[in-house]
Amino acid sequence: MLTLEAVSVTYNHRRQAVGALADVSLQIADGDFVSVVGPSGSGKSTLLLTLGGMLSPSAGRVLLDGESVYDLPSDQRARLRRKKLGFVFQTFNLVPYLTALENVQAPLFLAGLGDREQQERATSLLERVGLGDRLDHKPGELSVGQQQRVALARVLANDPAIILADEPTGNLDPDTAQQVIGFLEEFSREGRTLVMVTHDPQAARRARRKLSLRAGKIASEEQGAGEPRRGSSCG
Amino acid sequence: MQLRTFVWREMFERRNQLATSLLAILLGIAAIVSIKNVTFYSEKAVAGQLDALGTNILVLPKSATMQDYYSADMQDDVFPEEYVMRLTMSNLSGLDNLSPRLSTPVQLAGRTVTLTGILPKQEFQAKAAWQGAGIFARPENCGVAVDIPGAQPAKETLVRKRVIQTLEANEILVGADIAAAFGTKEGDSLGLLGKRFSVTAVLPETGTVDDSRIFAHLHTVQELTGKGPVVNAIEIVGCCNEISKGLVDKLNKLLPEAKVVTITQVVDTQVRTNRMMSHLSMVFLGIIVLVGGASIANYMYANVFERRREIGTLMAMGAESSVILRMFLLKALLLGLVGGIGGYALGTLLAVTLGSRLAGIPVLPMPVLVLWAMGLSLAIALAASYFPARRAARLDPCATLQET
Repeated sequence: MLTLEAVSVTYNHRRQAVGALADVSLQIADGDFVSVVGPSGSGKSTLLLTLGGMLSPSAGRVLLDGESVYDLPSDQRARLRRKKLGFVFQTFNLVPYLTALENVQAPLFLAGLGDREQQERATSLLERVGLGDRLDHKPGELSVGQQQRVALARVLANDPAIILADEPTGNLDPDTAQQVIGFLEEFSREGRTLVMVTHDPQAARRARRKLSLRAGKIASEEQGAGEPRRGSSCG
Repeated sequence: MQLRTFVWREMFERRNQLATSLLAILLGIAAIVSIKNVTFYSEKAVAGQLDALGTNILVLPKSATMQDYYSADMQDDVFPEEYVMRLTMSNLSGLDNLSPRLSTPVQLAGRTVTLTGILPKQEFQAKAAWQGAGIFARPENCGVAVDIPGAQPAKETLVRKRVIQTLEANEILVGADIAAAFGTKEGDSLGLLGKRFSVTAVLPETGTVDDSRIFAHLHTVQELTGKGPVVNAIEIVGCCNEISKGLVDKLNKLLPEAKVVTITQVVDTQVRTNRMMSHLSMVFLGIIVLVGGASIANYMYANVFERRREIGTLMAMGAESSVILRMFLLKALLLGLVGGIGGYALGTLLAVTLGSRLAGIPVLPMPVLVLWAMGLSLAIALAASYFPARRAARLDPCATLQET
């Protein structure tokens, strides 16, 4: 369970305090699929980073399975991310000098797995996203759709219970976007919790819950078209 | 995948950027290695030349004047031979060889030649050892009297080191000119001051008055001339560094009744050369630390800036700050290792080829410098990379990921 308790995030921009999130309270149950929409600057990405233990709130608490995330020291927070969380970025954020296989191996290396185990798991994940024949390709040698699929394989490497996706289809053509959303739905069906920030209304509707953010506040919440929530089975 | 995979792949991917800072440290280390290498052999060569020149300190009677260095002992004034033992028993360091002399003109086949009495080293060395004195222990970095492999054996060392190890009472050594003039050769017998001597060696030509001398045992000459236990001069091969530190003053204090002089210009040249090379090394050391360090630090800061998104992503995946720190320090370690080994190889190559040609001396590789080069290179690379690496480890992952 992910919980936000009266979370506010403000930051200084040219000596002026700018509010990114204002007193947001939210509960996301295990296995839920939530999309977050809203205009640029409404605080969507800030919300995602705050949920992911990457951005300390100015006020309020973020609880993950009852544990206050930001009361942990930063290295312990990093370990928490490694165990329970996975990020998908709009720009994929693949390491440019590593191959597809090595990019997927990276979280496994951070988790301390041995070479052979890393390779076996990374290979099977890349095969799952249809890139079994692109193991030795570097990101620059792959199409954008293929790059996002490598990023999806990477996010699954440590079998996270929660996946936080920041505009995962933002840089993709409609067909590839559909494919990526399909994968995310598949991850949700496996019982993972998914929070997806998106500008794409169609993609947002595929979630079970759709939150609309405006000026750092949750303006509305509606039911999406996504399948009913299943019990968590991962992480 | 290991941490080194990240480091190695990244270095290879961005090798052009890496090349500049690697080149800076490599050239710096190469310069200092080559200077150290050439300096070592240059000092050795100068030492060898000085050694071949022989004496650089003379102990003379107080009234003596030194018109000609090689004939300084050709005078009537004498002083007690006991001065030799005073020197031998002193705790002065830097006295390499002592050669007490007593010279007197003698007739040989109607011609006047100089008979010089010398004391074999064995005699006062044995006494010194017996009494526990240690003046023959050469101090480190002494600039003279370095043994040259394959140097002349036995009696001919008189020419080079101004001393001889052994000499019997009836043995003489004959200078090159006299040997040529009288047709003397080794094994001949010569009569001097009413005594028969056996020629044990004909000395090689030196171009000095020594070529016109005959050398016999000091005590024999003292006895034949009836002068008693006295000498005209004591020739000393002194360590140049010690001379520069005031050895002559110390000798003057030890022997107040005598006059101690040195060939200052020769000693000064040696000391000046050593000092200049040492200063040059220090200047280069400063330059390499500054330029090499600045270049690496600059490269590392730029590298951290360029890779901030990658660092943020790794942190999002759960990388602890220590992983990021180690990633950059491992890179610095590799940079230092390659710079050190490459710098040693290039520096040695320069020293052996160009150094020997420019300095006119044979220069050989010095394996010990590889440790020195690597130590220096690693220290510079790690020190210069520490702060950039720490900055990377402390990056705010959120800020790096929010940038587009």
